[in-house]
Amino acid sequence: MLEARNLTIKYDQRVAVADVSLTLKAGEVTAIIGPNGAGKSTLLRAMNGQLRHASGTVLLDGDPIEKFSRRSIGRRIAVVAQEAELRFPVTVLEFVLGGRYAWASHAGWGWETERDLRIAEAVLNETELSELSGRLMNELSGGERQRAVLARALATEAAFLLLDEPTANLDLSHQATLLTLVRNRCDQRESAALVITHDINLAAQFADHILLMKRGKVVDAGPPRAVLTPELLREVFNVTVLVDAHPVTNVPRVTPVLG
Amino acid sequence: MTTRVTLRRTLIACGLLAIALVLAVVGMSLIGSESLPARASLCAIASLGTNDCGLGRDQYDILFQIRLPRILLAAAVGGSLATAGASYQALLRNPLAEPYLLGVSNGAAVGTMIALVFFGSNEWSRPVLAFGGALIATLAVYQLARGRAGTTPERLILAGVIVTTFLSSVIVFVTTLMDATRIRSFTFWLLGDLSGTTKTLLPVAIAMTVFGAVALTLNARSLNLLMLGERDAFDLGVEVGRVRIVVFVVASLLVGSSVAASGSVGYVGLVVPHLVRLSLGSDNRITIPAAALGGALFVIVADTVARTVIAPRELPVGAITALIGAPLFIYLLKRV
Repeated sequence: MLEARNLTIKYDQRVAVADVSLTLKAGEVTAIIGPNGAGKSTLLRAMNGQLRHASGTVLLDGDPIEKFSRRSIGRRIAVVAQEAELRFPVTVLEFVLGGRYAWASHAGWGWETERDLRIAEAVLNETELSELSGRLMNELSGGERQRAVLARALATEAAFLLLDEPTANLDLSHQATLLTLVRNRCDQRESAALVITHDINLAAQFADHILLMKRGKVVDAGPPRAVLTPELLREVFNVTVLVDAHPVTNVPRVTPVLG
Repeated sequence: MTTRVTLRRTLIACGLLAIALVLAVVGMSLIGSESLPARASLCAIASLGTNDCGLGRDQYDILFQIRLPRILLAAAVGGSLATAGASYQALLRNPLAEPYLLGVSNGAAVGTMIALVFFGSNEWSRPVLAFGGALIATLAVYQLARGRAGTTPERLILAGVIVTTFLSSVIVFVTTLMDATRIRSFTFWLLGDLSGTTKTLLPVAIAMTVFGAVALTLNARSLNLLMLGERDAFDLGVEVGRVRIVVFVVASLLVGSSVAASGSVGYVGLVVPHLVRLSLGSDNRITIPAAALGGALFVIVADTVARTVIAPRELPVGAITALIGAPLFIYLLKRV
């Protein structure tokens, strides 16, 4: 279990995260929704142990996260963010094998084992990147690269996945495949995922819980049906929306009403 | 390179480079303004100098007192600078990072000068103060390069330029205080000069090179992840702060010991790691040890050119490495 208790993060005077409590339980997908600057990414980073300027606690399997070494956190929590700076040529396979770092017997040295390779091949297969495994990362399209970043996170076999806008560069079909992968991982291996997204309808479809955030505070949290109401969404985003039921899946469907 | 780097591949590449290095050490010792009989010299080297194999006394002294120490120093300096360059590039995610361009070599040069001026008789003070100077310059550049939004490659190079120019003016200031005869040898030293080996500095430089190359290779897998971003590396389990300190300290030891012995030889840390990456890929588990061996080879060859091309006069080796390095670097930039 990964849990934040009364987490507050302040940069100088600005409060980025205000008294947020949140629990990621095995097998569940939680989505964070909120306008830009709501503190979503700061919260996600804190859940991974970046607790500078923070008060409150983050508990990993019941113990304060500061007690764990980075390597043991790396085996339990995987982060997907758009950070990769590719100034040196690295192949997709090498990149994905980076996810096995925390499992190496020696931190700075050592070579990938057969098991590491099998895991990398499996996640490349899952993310439909097998054919590109020998290609250089900087030759890939934005969407392919984003899948490689997810593949690396899955290769860590971490029980907790923290994803910061994982679908931002993806086309319609790959948005769905990516979130299906995350959903399946949570269902099959009892993993838990925290996903920041701007796509409310995608969140409604894939998440068990939704956390609505505004200016660092949690406005409401709960299952999609309870949280995605016109009143709450107007409070958070200052827009009028129409919420009806999706004709096929029956989950809430949100459409902005303009004018 | 599309094939994955494995231990086998690393051992083969490094083995071949090591063989080439031994051949270069022996081969280049036969080349010089004074020609030595090849068979007798090889016999003397093979017996580690215990047998003169028919070499004349002067020839024996040239081989063992002048050429071999100089070649071994060239190997140590080249290995140090290339290893330091490869690790800076990975740690700072900057293909242009290099001890000379970052001002680290100049920091070590100032340290060495202080040692020469104040503790002239004590040779040990040179590598120690050079290490101090290199470390201070490294930390200064790193702090200057850190903006609110983190370190960008451009900022880093700019910070390197600032530190380099500042330290250059310190060097110029100290140089003008010297008497005219020392200035010439000093200018030579500043450009990188391998002729001034001593019995203290050579073993220090060799020991530091071996230690540094091993220590940094043992952090190569962490550097592989740091090369793709500090945050990503942190998320994947790298103790970023610890690795950064190891690289800064070990690279400063490498640069300090080599500058104390030979002045600042430029471009080695830039050209060698890039050549290695182009031929063997960017996995630091192969790049760092191969750069150590390749750097040693590169400087041995460059120094042989420096001491033979206008024999019996000599050029500073730094002039040759820059002459080879700068055009090669332009070529590499166009290719990458």
